[in-house]
Amino acid sequence: MSVLRQQILILHAADPDLESRTVAWALYDGAKPKGELQMQTGDSDVPPYESVLDAMRDGWNVMQLPALPVFIGGHEHEQGHLPYEYVLERKVEVQ
Amino acid sequence: MSVAAVAKEHLLSARQMADFAAGGFLVLDQVVPEEYNRRALEEMRAFAGSGYRYWFESSVIRDIFELPQVKGAVQSFVGANPVYDHSFLHVVKAKHLKGQTYHADSVIDTRPFGFDVQAFYFCHDAPREMGPTLVLPGSHLRKVSNGSIGRYKNIAGQRQLVSKAGSIAFLHHGIWHCAQPNFTDTTRYVFKLRLRPGEEQRGLFNTDGCGSAEVLDYLRKAGHHAWCGDEARVNQINIAKFWRYLCGDDSVDASFEGALTRMGL
Repeated sequence: MSVLRQQILILHAADPDLESRTVAWALYDGAKPKGELQMQTGDSDVPPYESVLDAMRDGWNVMQLPALPVFIGGHEHEQGHLPYEYVLERKVEVQ
Repeated sequence: MSVAAVAKEHLLSARQMADFAAGGFLVLDQVVPEEYNRRALEEMRAFAGSGYRYWFESSVIRDIFELPQVKGAVQSFVGANPVYDHSFLHVVKAKHLKGQTYHADSVIDTRPFGFDVQAFYFCHDAPREMGPTLVLPGSHLRKVSNGSIGRYKNIAGQRQLVSKAGSIAFLHHGIWHCAQPNFTDTTRYVFKLRLRPGEEQRGLFNTDGCGSAEVLDYLRKAGHHAWCGDEARVNQINIAKFWRYLCGDDSVDASFEGALTRMGL
């Protein structure tokens, strides 16, 4: 009997346009058993999809759209994490 | 830690320091002669103590950091009297297949532009498959909290510090980085030394030409990192501010479209 497991794909886009290019990517695969290696840092130089929209076309569902940044006077040039983070998911069957 | 001042010829050039300002790291390829590397590798393989003690118990590592070119680089970053922060001999066993998560070392640093420098010394060749450190060029001035970037796995423009024996990579403490898996049958060693500045880090390198058109143009191009997307211009402007600090000259303007001058910053 097969069961469903969730895969989470996190794509960071160059800007808030869902068709803008992917600048960072991470996959967390709930279908892989504990102990099996997940996507690792530095293991790929090419993103799995060129854009969030391309991932949607391939069956991924968007779970989270990032809120647009708020620029506070006096702190406009401060930077930290990647701002345009999209979380996508799909369910896959495992035996 | 005291380092007697070196001759100007051994200080980093403006072009080398511009590389560091734009990317957050500078690699001195094969700066350490082979004889030192051979001694260090033999010693590291035999070393059974805590990695934190290697600096104090090694018979060769301090000699390496006394080499004029190495001292000159250290002085260019943190002055002639830097403060020892900590050091560690990192050992990644053969076939250790799990990489580190992305992180920035220590904690969020509240200094606007002051920084600690971290020297990574490779005493043997460290090809890609051996898992030398992965860095994200241009990430060094962004404020993140140690492991708060641990969710990221791959970022466009990331670069592994593939090195030949005798190379030393000097990293800004804030750069995003992680150790990589060692797919080979050979244990990998890298010695890390973290130093705090002993003085304000303004004009410590050979600043000749730091305001030249060639260097400023280089900073505008090399300081523009594609992974920053829409934020690339502001990221570059922060690099231009950092450059002013390093040069000790608040009139040089390497910023995108001369934004610092235009805004009277």
